[in-house]
Amino acid sequence: MRSPGFWGGRAPRKLQPSEQPTEGSDSMKLLCALVGILVASMCAGQGLVAKKAWTPPRTADGQPDLQGVWTNATITPLERPADLAGKAFFTPGEAAAYEKRVVENANVDRRRSDISADVGLAYNEAWWDRGTHVVKTLRTSLIVDPADGKLPALTADGERRAAGLAEQRRLHPADGPENRSLAERCILWGTAGPPMMPGPYNDNYQIFQAPGYVAIVVEMIHDVRIIPLDARPHLPSNVRQWLGDSRGHWEGNTLVVETTNFTGKTRFRGASENMRLTERFTRTDPDTILYEYTVKDPATWTKPWTAQVTMAKSNSRVYEYACHEGNYAMTGILTGARAGENNSAKAATK
Amino acid sequence: MAKRLWMATVAGAACLSVLGWAAPPPKPAGYVPPRTADGQPDIQGVWNNATITPLERPADLAGKAVFTPAEAAAYEKQAAESNNRDRRGKDGATDVAGAYNQAWFDRGTKVVPTLRTSLIVDPPDGKIPYSAGGQKRLDAAAEYARLHPADGPEDLALADRCILWYTAGPPMLPGPYNSNYQILQAPGYVAILVEMIHDVRIIPLDRRPHLPGSVRQWLGDSRGHWEGNTLVVETTNFTGKSRFHGATENMRLIERFTRTDANTLTYDFTVEDPATFSKPWSASIPMTKSSGPIYEYACHEGNYAVPGILGGARAQEAATK
Amino acid sequence: MIAAASVAAMLSVTTLPAVAQATISRGPRTADGKPNLNGIWQVLTEANWDLQGHAAAAGPMVPLGAIGAMPPGQGVVEGEEIPYKSEALVTKKANFADRLKLDPEVKCYLPGVPRATYMPFPFQIVQTPKFILISYEYANAARTIYMEDPGPAPVDSWMGQSVGHWEGDTLVVDATGFNDQSWFDRAGDFHSDALHVVERYTLHGPDMLMYEATIEDKNVFTRPWKISMPIYRRQEKNVQLMEFKCVEFVEELMYGQYRKKPAKQ
Repeated sequence: MRSPGFWGGRAPRKLQPSEQPTEGSDSMKLLCALVGILVASMCAGQGLVAKKAWTPPRTADGQPDLQGVWTNATITPLERPADLAGKAFFTPGEAAAYEKRVVENANVDRRRSDISADVGLAYNEAWWDRGTHVVKTLRTSLIVDPADGKLPALTADGERRAAGLAEQRRLHPADGPENRSLAERCILWGTAGPPMMPGPYNDNYQIFQAPGYVAIVVEMIHDVRIIPLDARPHLPSNVRQWLGDSRGHWEGNTLVVETTNFTGKTRFRGASENMRLTERFTRTDPDTILYEYTVKDPATWTKPWTAQVTMAKSNSRVYEYACHEGNYAMTGILTGARAGENNSAKAATK
Repeated sequence: MAKRLWMATVAGAACLSVLGWAAPPPKPAGYVPPRTADGQPDIQGVWNNATITPLERPADLAGKAVFTPAEAAAYEKQAAESNNRDRRGKDGATDVAGAYNQAWFDRGTKVVPTLRTSLIVDPPDGKIPYSAGGQKRLDAAAEYARLHPADGPEDLALADRCILWYTAGPPMLPGPYNSNYQILQAPGYVAILVEMIHDVRIIPLDRRPHLPGSVRQWLGDSRGHWEGNTLVVETTNFTGKSRFHGATENMRLIERFTRTDANTLTYDFTVEDPATFSKPWSASIPMTKSSGPIYEYACHEGNYAVPGILGGARAQEAATK
Repeated sequence: MIAAASVAAMLSVTTLPAVAQATISRGPRTADGKPNLNGIWQVLTEANWDLQGHAAAAGPMVPLGAIGAMPPGQGVVEGEEIPYKSEALVTKKANFADRLKLDPEVKCYLPGVPRATYMPFPFQIVQTPKFILISYEYANAARTIYMEDPGPAPVDSWMGQSVGHWEGDTLVVDATGFNDQSWFDRAGDFHSDALHVVERYTLHGPDMLMYEATIEDKNVFTRPWKISMPIYRRQEKNVQLMEFKCVEFVEELMYGQYRKKPAKQ
């Protein structure tokens, strides 16, 4: 059992200097604390803020305070791009250049002679809100483990399942609503997960805390993750839920949430219903929550993998996203597919 | 002759004393019912109200309000013989229809202890006082039933449909069998479990208002209070579908329960429905202590009758095409 | 001097009080002195079938038998009748006649306010000084009650915008910014986008809330009217909200007609 550390958080792997230090022995901890405070007090005098010295305020019942409206929009991809292989971090200058390039690219004209392709590529940043910044840690991928920033290899079963799903999608793109994505069906959005991943827009969350509970309102699609902090057991294993079943506890200043009871229908990157997710929320400064998660699904990946996203404080509010109530998309997609088949059938009989 | 006159006078006095719903209940000579823990006169137990005395006075007994004991005994003997005689019919259908004897029924074997010739005590002629409108409606309903005996389940008797039994009412009248009730009392409530069809009348004794007028119920909505040793129950909010002698949804019922001796619960009721009856009418039925128990009557769960009746009607129609 | 101060600061930091992990407070007051509404609650009335008093009745779907029948209810409306304008009453009756097609609940649409309160599903209140979150199990509907007024609702929505304040020990919630899409119950009672609801939540003992809602809509009703009912705390061991993501269950209903038909043989 790890003892709550002054810095909070648990670091299962070797950390870079820019990140939080590992837990060492108590005397080392003491020394680091001393040094940190000395540095902090000196830096503070020069107008710089050393994040490592920041302690989150507490809620009335003593929980580190994570409350507020947060956004995890970022242009950092889940996996490290091929052209950045071997490069785990940007320098600040490289990050700025990358951001500039990505943002420009998102708004560039993409005309095509084929009408379908032309329309398909017409969406620019007026339609999206993917963010304009890389993550605060300046990593080149959200994945921090494996070290190459890529998802670990799939198991044979994982590959088979993934291939099967891809084939299904190819053969039956729109036979019925079940063939469409969960977002198009207005059942589940990527930002809800869990894990809670940035999506095309509205990557917004509002966190509330009351004695014994942390509640996360996910704007898309008004999902509320209510996480009890007592030691109650998970739901029975025959009960499976889209967002799984979460249980939380504090380790120092880090909220650790364990989630099981997934359905296997969420197909998070191909995961099975036996996926086990561990999330860690640490408020590293007034405007930042470091959100880290580890996925364990031996049926799908050859080893667990871990990713980090930084969540930034937002001045905005969470709006109501009445997805299903306004879901013209589904009707349009299906009737369009049926019309297409009709046209093909008519053409065939000519 | 003198004895008969005396009996008639006593009976007449008793009759007069229950006339109208404002009259005081019959005062039992000397019997004081025990009390429940919260002070209600105790009417608890299993009771049975089976009797061969009819609701309305038979035509051949017009003008005769009360039997002599000998007449009563003769009436009882005659009823027993009549109910058990062979009634062979000319064709299969009438033969079967007449086949039910007292093995199938349990109407009781006795007239009421008051020796009245009808359960109705008011009007004095022992007959239901239909208004012109009420009689018209009754006749129309009878004509409809004659023409549409089994178009669908709604044409069948409520008892055949397993919705409501005769003994539940209210008012609670004896039925063809199982005329059994269990009464329980708790602070502020009297509960009457009617065996047929496991209906429970839960009667609050506080002065709460009736249900809203928009809510109508098969058994209406009952409110009770004690007047001395008599439980007075007022019931409104009927549906008009219960077909109680043609009564409409505006029927208003007053019932009076008085334990007149250890083994007798005297049950009086008065029915009021100006749209159907030209004046209120009243009846009195004694309920007799029974050893019980109350059984479960899972009527609907075993209702082969309705599919049989309707299926038979459809088969007949098909045969005549 | 700096070293000593640093040591002192560090010591005070490392001796922070242990985080209260396991306390799901049932105390009558929150830490900021307000009545403690935290917990999982559910209403026991038949209001969702029909706000007004009603006898039991057959349901609109014969195959559902008794399961689809309407249970009876004594009604939750003060004065028994909802004061419709005469032309609005015509609409209500038409709604009722066609409720299988028109009731938004059938399609798993958001329930609006106050219907969300008395759906036959539990909801959880997470109470903080600045916000009170109500998370409804039904269709994972949610509303955040702003305890500091954020100004007028920026846009209309199904669940409206709720602004709360305390009047003594009563939480008063003022909800506006509704669209006209939701119903009040399965009996066709409806509103326009002028809907204004004021709710009052008052604890009566630790396990019961008395709930009142005053409903006002100048386009539909002749005057404001009020409903009231108790809300009971769910007390099963380890009780939690579960998922009722009903969108999946209505896809066949809503999109089945657009399915690809199997090819003719």
